[in-house]
Amino acid sequence: MDLHRRDFFKVMGATGITLALGKELNAAPEAKMKDEFHGVLYDSARCTGCRGCEYDCAEANNLPEPIPNKDIKGPRKPDETRRTVVNEYNTSKGKVYAKIQCMHCNQPACGSACLTQAMHKTEEGPVIWRADKCMGCRYCMVSCPFDIPKFEFHSANPKIEKCTMCFETRIQKGEIPACAENCPNEALTFGTRRELIQEARRRIYEKPDVYVDQIFGEHEAGGTCWLYISPVPFKEIGLNTSIQKASYPELTKGFLYSVPSVFVLVPALLLGIQQATTKDNSNTESSHE
Amino acid sequence: MNKTRTIPTNNDGQHIWKFFFSELKPKGKWLTPFNIISIPIILLGIVLIVIRFWKGIGEITNLSQEIPWGLWIGFDVVTGVAFAGGAYVITFMVYILNMHKYHSIVRVTVLNGFLAYLFYAGALLLDLGRPWNVINPIIGNNFGVSSVLFLVAWHFLLYMIAQLIEFSPAIAEWLGARRAHKILSGMTLAAVIFGITLSMLHQSGLGALYLMAKEKIHPLWYSEFIPIMFFVSSIFAGLSMVIFEGSISHRVFSEQISDKDHKAQHGIIHGLAKICTGTLFVYFFLQLLVFIHGKHWDLINSPMGYWYLLEMIGFVFLPMVLFFYSYRTNNLFLIRLAAILTMLGVILNRLNVTIIGFRWDMAVRYVPSWMEIVVTLTVLFTEIWIFRWVINRMPVLRESPSFAEKE
Repeated sequence: MDLHRRDFFKVMGATGITLALGKELNAAPEAKMKDEFHGVLYDSARCTGCRGCEYDCAEANNLPEPIPNKDIKGPRKPDETRRTVVNEYNTSKGKVYAKIQCMHCNQPACGSACLTQAMHKTEEGPVIWRADKCMGCRYCMVSCPFDIPKFEFHSANPKIEKCTMCFETRIQKGEIPACAENCPNEALTFGTRRELIQEARRRIYEKPDVYVDQIFGEHEAGGTCWLYISPVPFKEIGLNTSIQKASYPELTKGFLYSVPSVFVLVPALLLGIQQATTKDNSNTESSHE
Repeated sequence: MNKTRTIPTNNDGQHIWKFFFSELKPKGKWLTPFNIISIPIILLGIVLIVIRFWKGIGEITNLSQEIPWGLWIGFDVVTGVAFAGGAYVITFMVYILNMHKYHSIVRVTVLNGFLAYLFYAGALLLDLGRPWNVINPIIGNNFGVSSVLFLVAWHFLLYMIAQLIEFSPAIAEWLGARRAHKILSGMTLAAVIFGITLSMLHQSGLGALYLMAKEKIHPLWYSEFIPIMFFVSSIFAGLSMVIFEGSISHRVFSEQISDKDHKAQHGIIHGLAKICTGTLFVYFFLQLLVFIHGKHWDLINSPMGYWYLLEMIGFVFLPMVLFFYSYRTNNLFLIRLAAILTMLGVILNRLNVTIIGFRWDMAVRYVPSWMEIVVTLTVLFTEIWIFRWVINRMPVLRESPSFAEKE
């Protein structure tokens, strides 16, 4: 009888392990289906600063219409009413433009900062924000090295505004982001990140006199889905070149990894010290019981 | 002596409610200077809080897209929690190291810590844009386990429970619940061990929150050792608070404290001063190491550099020397002065990381609005009100009732 029971548990254990493993194995082909990260290549040598993408973005995301050219004074930043802006810079090669929006990092700081998974890196590449999960703590804004998430400070039901690469409205339906679809100068190219890096390299290789030999976003912040190539050094078109090459979540990894060991070691140590410092511990215990 | 305090002997429902309502009423005269100052501020603060929930956070704060966290996080939460660190240090000394000398201050320190967490974590709710989703990281499938804030949030919650358990014997004594008292007292050691572990992790976790803001914090205050700095400084921050609060409590609530405890107070403060000296030295040394390894000599000759030197020399090194000198000469006044300097230093340090050094290079700097300050004071004053309410009713400073002593 006893032996039977033991066998029963063995079978149960084996089944459990198989079930656990089986799930993981089944997940593998599904991940392949999800493809690789997608992104957009922005070629500032092609961009003429028409700001058409700003208008397309506002329309696609139900945001107020962008301000007219005459009202623009100096470089702008995205804010809670606009997810992207195109700025004009007077550079060593004349006027060059730069579009700013979420970089959709491979390992986003905002995503690892979010304690409710409201900031979410999709398997397709875009980083999206989910209203039903967000509690409005704004830690994503503190963490983002590109300063992208914007918060509606003057609302009782505030949202975080940021570029989602039109994930829910277009990408999931098989369409490409609004800005990339409508760019008249083909300054914006949508594709898988791998293809885009190849395309960027090809352009730099074919026209070495036009481009600076660097792809912004290839290594910045551990790699981003939005990539930039430019005729002038990136600093001249307002990109943050002090961004570290390693991913930002890496910075808190050491701390977070120490948590389980602290949780195991410290209580044991404390209990040990407590037992050791209690006077006549064994005597009093035995006399009580 | 305690005529007004009647312990209900039979626990039928009505009696306990009557007792409870009678306890809700204020005791003694209420037109004290503290009340006269705090009541209008609290009322104004409540109005401001209503506006904040009605029109949005931006209506009453100076927060911006670049500075998403201001006074309510930098001071209320980050600084407030550092000052609440006394609870885990004192419980460590009394329950783990069995230093019975400090037993008389355990309850008041734990109460102080518990209320600090309750109110400062509560202040977090004011800062949350979508507070109705605050339960998301606690329930459901929204565990952002890669987030430091997730860890901090959970630790706040668990530590509050641990502190409540540590304090609960006092509540049981107040209600005269003998059985509950026995059970709750038995849970103290477990709660203490759990609480110390949690404190170590979330005191440092508050610093770790800022690790990802690498380029945003002035390099003199940013290093990968922020978590360790925050942890070490929470020890002397908490103990300085204990010295400070104890000195005030011993005047304000003087009649509640037994002669024995009054006499012991001197020795307790003296002992805490020694610990403060040691931890301040460790902290100063760590800061020095980080500074030298960071190779930041070039940054010293700048306004932020002078500010850094002021913090390190004026509010770390100086109180350290002062603590050392005053416990050697047994000068209680100087110990208190050192405690106040240390506390100012901790406030300065936390604000330098979270507000002053955060985006130090911006053209438009963040300065909290008067309304943010009023709300902060509201939180602080309400906490003191509750603290006083509890002290006047439960055996926190005064001796426990005889039934509790026997155990």
